[in-house]
Amino acid sequence: MYRDKYFFLLPGLVVLIAIIIFPLLFTIRVSFSSWDVFQPGLDYIGGRNFARVFEDTRFWESLLRLSVLSVSSVLLQYVIGFALALAVWREIRFRRFFRVLFLVPMMTTPVVMSVIWRTIFHESLGPANDILQAIGLGTVPWLSTGTAAFISVLIVEVWQWTPFMFLLLLAGLVSLPREPYLAAAIDGAGPIRTFLQVTFPLMAPITIGAIIIRLIEASKIMETVYVMTSGGPGTATETSSYYIYIRGLRDFQIGYSAALSLTYLVIMIVSLTIIAKVLARMLLPREG
Amino acid sequence: MRTFYLAIKYLALLLWSSFIVFPFLWALSTSFKDANAITSGATYIPWLQFEPSTQGWASLFSDGSTGINIVDPYINSAIVTISASLIAITLGTLAAYGLSRFEFRAGFIKNNDITFFFISQRIMPPIVLAIPFFLMLKTLGLLDTVYGLILVYVALLLPIAVWVMIDFFGNIPRELDELAMIDGCRPIGAFFRVILPNSIPGLVVAGMFCLIFGWNDFFFAFTLTFTKVQLLPVAIVSLNSSVTPWWSLSAFALISVAPLVLIAFLVENFLSKGSLAGAIR
Repeated sequence: MYRDKYFFLLPGLVVLIAIIIFPLLFTIRVSFSSWDVFQPGLDYIGGRNFARVFEDTRFWESLLRLSVLSVSSVLLQYVIGFALALAVWREIRFRRFFRVLFLVPMMTTPVVMSVIWRTIFHESLGPANDILQAIGLGTVPWLSTGTAAFISVLIVEVWQWTPFMFLLLLAGLVSLPREPYLAAAIDGAGPIRTFLQVTFPLMAPITIGAIIIRLIEASKIMETVYVMTSGGPGTATETSSYYIYIRGLRDFQIGYSAALSLTYLVIMIVSLTIIAKVLARMLLPREG
Repeated sequence: MRTFYLAIKYLALLLWSSFIVFPFLWALSTSFKDANAITSGATYIPWLQFEPSTQGWASLFSDGSTGINIVDPYINSAIVTISASLIAITLGTLAAYGLSRFEFRAGFIKNNDITFFFISQRIMPPIVLAIPFFLMLKTLGLLDTVYGLILVYVALLLPIAVWVMIDFFGNIPRELDELAMIDGCRPIGAFFRVILPNSIPGLVVAGMFCLIFGWNDFFFAFTLTFTKVQLLPVAIVSLNSSVTPWWSLSAFALISVAPLVLIAFLVENFLSKGSLAGAIR
């Protein structure tokens, strides 16, 4: 009778292993080959690709840029998303309307919206500069200088993904127990003290989960960059994924890009694990 | 003091709402412009600031002459997203139920490790998989076909389905299964007759997320198809890099994001009901 349990698990597990694990093993094998556009095929050149990764400053710069971009965008999303979730958590007018409106950007296709954002940030014909001028702040060379282009990408990322943070945090708020709030009310705690001593600690596990989930997704940023700036000007907005894409699918250095992507994957897994541990130590009450 | 707080709160909500709607309104307004209206600088309100024209919208549905084809990419996107979502949800729901109700053990690997294996696939950056997928589909002769994309999207969406459903089944009391089994059902029967009909909210959320991540994917559609099959996001990006005028781009963009936004309004109730809260603890 309990053979039945395999009926449930195996189809999904087999499919996932077949579609993900074999490609991954293949990538590992390819990373030890010199496969490129001139010499396609699996030879063996030892760790030479990885040695090259080590000296590739463009890759490490892209990684640093990605870290700044993903950490800052996720922090902004967290702060804004939490504030919005708190605002529509309790009874307010048009609550349902706000809740669904705040989710809308998440439902839209990132590259499609990036096409629109690119027209918004157009320096002479777009509304971003038009509005800035109207309130007397002058114009910004949005997509043609490094810092401004970086900020444009950041703005689009925050627009696109704050909703996901909002959704996770709102779901968390809705499921909080009521008793601690009664106790706080009896103690006469004001809204700020209630937030600091009740809501925030109760939300700590969800905060950690939401930040990690968003960091995982943010670590893959490349589509917005591809459409809005193509990594430019220069390499000012080039993220790791985008750089690996250039090496692998544009220059067709298959072997080298496999080494790059494995390095990138390992760094992602290690740093996300460390971040999760650190957040847990900072926010969760210590046991025992 | 209380009214002061309230005023600030509504002001903040209003500001954020305008930030959210702005790109849509801008696209809507741009889609009704012509060359004159675009090149004279940023304008917003039709009739008042510029004379509206319907050429942007017309260009999407005039066949051939403008070179913009929205119908085929739309159908392709719908076929790929819906089939991949259905397969992923079927496999994911079964796996999630298995993991939430039975004990599996293979050496040191236990249920939690299998669950983690499923969900952790989301950490895999698309770029890591793109080249092997490319070669794999080439070997199978599935490059540039909807079947190839469906295969890849199933792997992409399966972790999401498992993630949502495992949490959902965790909240359905086991007594329900046991009752069904006392009545003589085997686990498979109990699942289909009792558990599944009670899982509609979970299935809606899982389905919504699968649709979002399937419909909105650009990268795999971009690297794994060329000429025969084109999905919506790829179609619009290729328009973007050619000299397509803003009005056609805007109209195209609005039509392609419309379906999911409409669905979002329909299933809002399910989404914010706390269905994901437990999953990320």
